[in-house]
Amino acid sequence: MADLLAIGSRRGLRPALPLLLPAYLWLTVAIFLPLSAMVFFSFMTDLPLAGKEWSFTLGNYAAFFSQSLYSTLLFASLRLGLEVTLWCIVIGYPAAYVLAKVLKGRSREAIFLLVILPFWSNGLVRIFSWAMVLREGGILDTALNAVLPFKINIDLMYSYPAVIIGLVHSYVPYMVLTCYLTLQAIDDSLIEAGRSLGASRRQVLWRVIIPLSMPGLIAGSALIFVPVVGSFMEPRILGGRTGTFYGTVIEDQFVAVFNWPLGAALSFILLAVVLIILALAAPVLRRAA
Amino acid sequence: MRMPRLTAFLAATAVFVSAFTLAAQAAEEVHVLNWKGYGADEPWAVANFEKATGFKVVNDFFNSEQEMLTKIRTNPGLYDVVMINAAFNDQAMAGKLIQPIDTSKLSNYADIAKDKASSPMLNHDGKVYGVPWVWGLTALAINDKSFDKPPTSIAEMWDPAHKGRVIIRDDAVEAVQFGALASGQNINDIKDMDAVKAKLTSLMPQIKTFWSSENDWNQMVASNQIDIGTYWSGSADRAKTHFKLPVSLVIPQEGSVAWLDAFSIPVGSKNVAGAEAFINYMIDPKFYVEWVTKVGAPVSANTKAVDALPEDAFNRKVMGSPDVAKRIQFQAPITDEQREKYLALWQELKVNVK
Repeated sequence: MADLLAIGSRRGLRPALPLLLPAYLWLTVAIFLPLSAMVFFSFMTDLPLAGKEWSFTLGNYAAFFSQSLYSTLLFASLRLGLEVTLWCIVIGYPAAYVLAKVLKGRSREAIFLLVILPFWSNGLVRIFSWAMVLREGGILDTALNAVLPFKINIDLMYSYPAVIIGLVHSYVPYMVLTCYLTLQAIDDSLIEAGRSLGASRRQVLWRVIIPLSMPGLIAGSALIFVPVVGSFMEPRILGGRTGTFYGTVIEDQFVAVFNWPLGAALSFILLAVVLIILALAAPVLRRAA
Repeated sequence: MRMPRLTAFLAATAVFVSAFTLAAQAAEEVHVLNWKGYGADEPWAVANFEKATGFKVVNDFFNSEQEMLTKIRTNPGLYDVVMINAAFNDQAMAGKLIQPIDTSKLSNYADIAKDKASSPMLNHDGKVYGVPWVWGLTALAINDKSFDKPPTSIAEMWDPAHKGRVIIRDDAVEAVQFGALASGQNINDIKDMDAVKAKLTSLMPQIKTFWSSENDWNQMVASNQIDIGTYWSGSADRAKTHFKLPVSLVIPQEGSVAWLDAFSIPVGSKNVAGAEAFINYMIDPKFYVEWVTKVGAPVSANTKAVDALPEDAFNRKVMGSPDVAKRIQFQAPITDEQREKYLALWQELKVNVK
């Protein structure tokens, strides 16, 4: 019996191997190897380039705990991630609902295209366009002053709100797309049943639509939260003197001071913290879903 | 009858084209690593050099000295000429990144100011590791629209009138040395770090943002968003001459940080002869005068090149004056420990601003 099972499973694996191999080979070469090299680097005192002396150390990880600087920045970045995710839900979810349930046919295609459009332009171009809009005497400032009867001064550039605006703009399509997929899968007859049984529109939203679209909300939030916590380009360009976050400090370690070991260690601490947060949130979210 | 002729024609074209590409490949390339918009990538200069020598110039750029070191470390054999701030020459040599230069191959080398050519930062064990190119200052530059008459003191940066309209470079070493000047210390021997920290802490609320490239600075002035900030002398000259911006350089009474930029040849260069020809061209008076007039540049290390400028040129009159020479302090090499200490301080300042 056991022999039979073994043969059976072997027979199942062998024909599947040619199909699995390309994907796993690619993952090994492109992701696993560089990532393990980075893990290795994060335990070294120096890079073994140009015959430099090096040895193994835990010092890079200890640096995170010995200086309050890094944990302060990590909290700032986590807060940034939460805020951006929240704004993406507030802006993206209603849009996804309208796309999935209200619009049909051509108008849906047109609106959909407008949501996807930012994806097709380069991220850096988008950020620099925001710089033109947000600064004092920029497009927003000039336009508002041309319309409003009183004088207002809008200079959002180089501030925390500017970072939030730039990041929300970059990531809101993820939320729209993931929510759209789950909202579209909700059977209209469920909503009609709720209504015919006397539920108000608000009750239908809270008790039928949101619970059923929860997987999309969660997937979108995770897709947004994780990259935003490590973001460095948007804070650097839009944040000015308030634009120092965990991601920019990691970038400094790699680019500015050539301290790859410390940069790698800081990155893995971020990875660990993000995984812990997702793991802690998982049971709660699963119950909600 | 027609077909063979057409075939022959096509074949001839093919042969001609491939011979042409071969010839193009044979004309050796000189890979140059430098700041963007810093002389070596001027189209007219590249064209002149290519016409005179037959080498083809391929430019690549960096945004910080550390990025430059990272690029030559991680791409051995790619670059033939690299522009290194003299204060980093030590580090590049110790890391076996650059090779000694045979100065007898450079006809213009003899005209380089003796104090620059013999700088201990560029010479190690009697060998030359860097050919001085230009020097300049990290001083203050002002937006002419914001001042009736130019300020004379560094303290202007702390004036509440300029709150939110001050800019400094996002560079730990430059920021700390600037803090040292403001607190009346020697930039190469900072005794009182707490004074530097206190000075910079009180400067932070004044700052609009940090700049990292000339383009940042010039855009901030063009959109009238800043009054005053730290800037490089050559860049301020370029902003005025080339971009016609209302920018003036101020050398404050407290002094200024001076730097010396030099060309080196990386270990593993595939075209040392091309590199030597390019470096020689870069220190040539003819190139320098054209660079200053067309674009704006720092001060050449070649005395003949500076003498070729008009009497009243800023780079000859002001930068060459003994009064300025007394006030400036040349940057000396910095150890890794110092650099990491400066970075830690700089990061702490940037975090506390939140």
